[in-house]
Amino acid sequence: MSEVLLEVDNLVKHFYVRGHATPVRAVDGVSFTIRRGETLGLVGESGCGKTTTGRCILQLERPTSGRIVFEGVDLTTLAHNALRAVRRRIQVIFQDPYSSLNPRMTIGQILAEPLEVHGIVREKAARVERVRELLTQVGLLPQHARRYPHQLSGGQRQRVGIARALAMEPSLIVCDEPVSALDVSIQAQIINLLEDLQSRLGLTYLFIAHDLSVVRHISDRVAVMYLGKVVEITDRLRLYEEPVHPYTRALLSAVPIPDPALEARRERTVLRGEVPSPLNPPAGCVFHPRCPIAVDRCAAAVPQLREIKAGHLAACDLA
Amino acid sequence: MAKLLQVEDLKTQFTTSGGVVRAVDGVSYDVEEGETVALVGESGCGKSVSALSVMRLVAEPAGRIVSGRLLFKGRDLLKLSEEEMRQVRGREIAMIFQEPMTSLNPVLTIGRQLTEGLEIHLGMEPAAAKARAAELLGMVGIPDAERRLAQFPHHFSGGMRQRMMIAMALACNPSLILADEPTTALDVTIQAQILELMRDLSRRLGVAMLIITHNLGVVARYADRVNVMYAGRIIERGTAAEIYANPRHPYTLGLLRSVPRLDEPMRAKLDPIEGQPPDLTRLPPGCAFAPRCAYRAERCSETPTLAACGEAQHMSACWESGRLAKKVAA
Repeated sequence: MSEVLLEVDNLVKHFYVRGHATPVRAVDGVSFTIRRGETLGLVGESGCGKTTTGRCILQLERPTSGRIVFEGVDLTTLAHNALRAVRRRIQVIFQDPYSSLNPRMTIGQILAEPLEVHGIVREKAARVERVRELLTQVGLLPQHARRYPHQLSGGQRQRVGIARALAMEPSLIVCDEPVSALDVSIQAQIINLLEDLQSRLGLTYLFIAHDLSVVRHISDRVAVMYLGKVVEITDRLRLYEEPVHPYTRALLSAVPIPDPALEARRERTVLRGEVPSPLNPPAGCVFHPRCPIAVDRCAAAVPQLREIKAGHLAACDLA
Repeated sequence: MAKLLQVEDLKTQFTTSGGVVRAVDGVSYDVEEGETVALVGESGCGKSVSALSVMRLVAEPAGRIVSGRLLFKGRDLLKLSEEEMRQVRGREIAMIFQEPMTSLNPVLTIGRQLTEGLEIHLGMEPAAAKARAAELLGMVGIPDAERRLAQFPHHFSGGMRQRMMIAMALACNPSLILADEPTTALDVTIQAQILELMRDLSRRLGVAMLIITHNLGVVARYADRVNVMYAGRIIERGTAAEIYANPRHPYTLGLLRSVPRLDEPMRAKLDPIEGQPPDLTRLPPGCAFAPRCAYRAERCSETPTLAACGEAQHMSACWESGRLAKKVAA
């Protein structure tokens, strides 16, 4: 097995909001590792902390506590300058390719700027050449360099977002909902592209998404988050075939499958209620108020993430 | 069952600086009493505009219903005066939108937004309307109605706002609800709650529903009949069971193949539909899907019409639909 590229250890990120004495516990003790060349899927519903986790890894947020060890260095201890050098190695692809590209720059300028700023390609002519190469790599044409973002379709813009991430020759790319703003027929194109690039360039992905079918397709292992905590983490086959946490089970059963005959036979666990506020999370297991199998002690003790089988962790005392 | 809504050869166009956009380009479909019909397709295929046209809510002067008939209970909605149309909107045909936060008024209480329609359409007294509003909140599963009626939309979560939208839609006992991507903005566990709620209410109250969505999974579970749209036209129609088991248009087949599915063995690669949807101001002559189509043949330079294929009611607008049937069966 390959080496560990990223280790997130007991990551906590609290936000203080005006008018509230207690913080929003956006990320509340998250730990996982990603090996080089692997794709870890991070799934959960809005507000579960998956994006904040990604932003902490990118050091776009300074964590409240915990360690983020990337290529052997704890990023939370680095000063600004040292961090800048590491940042090149961790890139991001955002959800909305429109709002994440500068509308006043051409695609060529958007891709050349980081090459210049980071001093990766110093010669102007060489930069133009590298931009052509990047565009081709993501399935665009060299002449797209002269276009502006609004002249491209959503799928093409997301290809530019991917090219921009690749420009830095990163080892880790945080993909934050990279296909959820795209139409179904285009989603598959982008997913195939991400997979091709991974095998060609040996990239490592943290793939943050809410679409469980897409995550199953692209990930090697999957971590499920609920209200700031990882509730289950294992390889994709195990997670989808033998989920043990009641939240994972409910989440999987809520995904509609495009097959009426199958849907008619399918058992469904429709969860009661809604996700509680991270300002005031429930005591004990954060999932217990909505859990179909909760017992009295679930309200009292916080379940720890523990090994159920080799390589399969879940935070449920009843699992 | 009787036809509740019959849309016949509807054409809705928008005039833009880039030319005339033929958003809905000769669409016909119907909804029977009490049934759930789906309009499925990707962004820009005309599914939302075709529903807005039924409500005559297409923004003029840029947008215009150019031709067609919209028969609702036998009356052509396009022939009604604006005043008569107001009696239909909300009263007989109600609408649920995708983003409940932007479609609710942020400065009116939940109670007021529910009672307004009751007072205007049904002439209810304020006290009676308030009692009915509380009853409606109960029906859509919002407890503690008294307190909730005095609150504002921002006090509600996304799922509760969508429940509130459903309550508003049901307020005047309409016979048809148009639901435009009703769960797209919601998380999957909440999505399941809302869809189950809509189905239960539609069955219990006998309301027909037209669900507009891009999500093939949602359609599979909740629609009786399905219309698939591409570039302003319906390109395939049939019962949900038929469309999924035996798609007869290459676009439908492509859509079904391009999504990864939880119930399938894992595939090494997805099969996307290559290329991009066409620019609606410059539609090529003939079949609009032809440039992306793996089954393209010479005849595709002529525009195919929706024609019966295979099973009863199953229709496809594809010259090569026969080849598709063999392919799937093989």
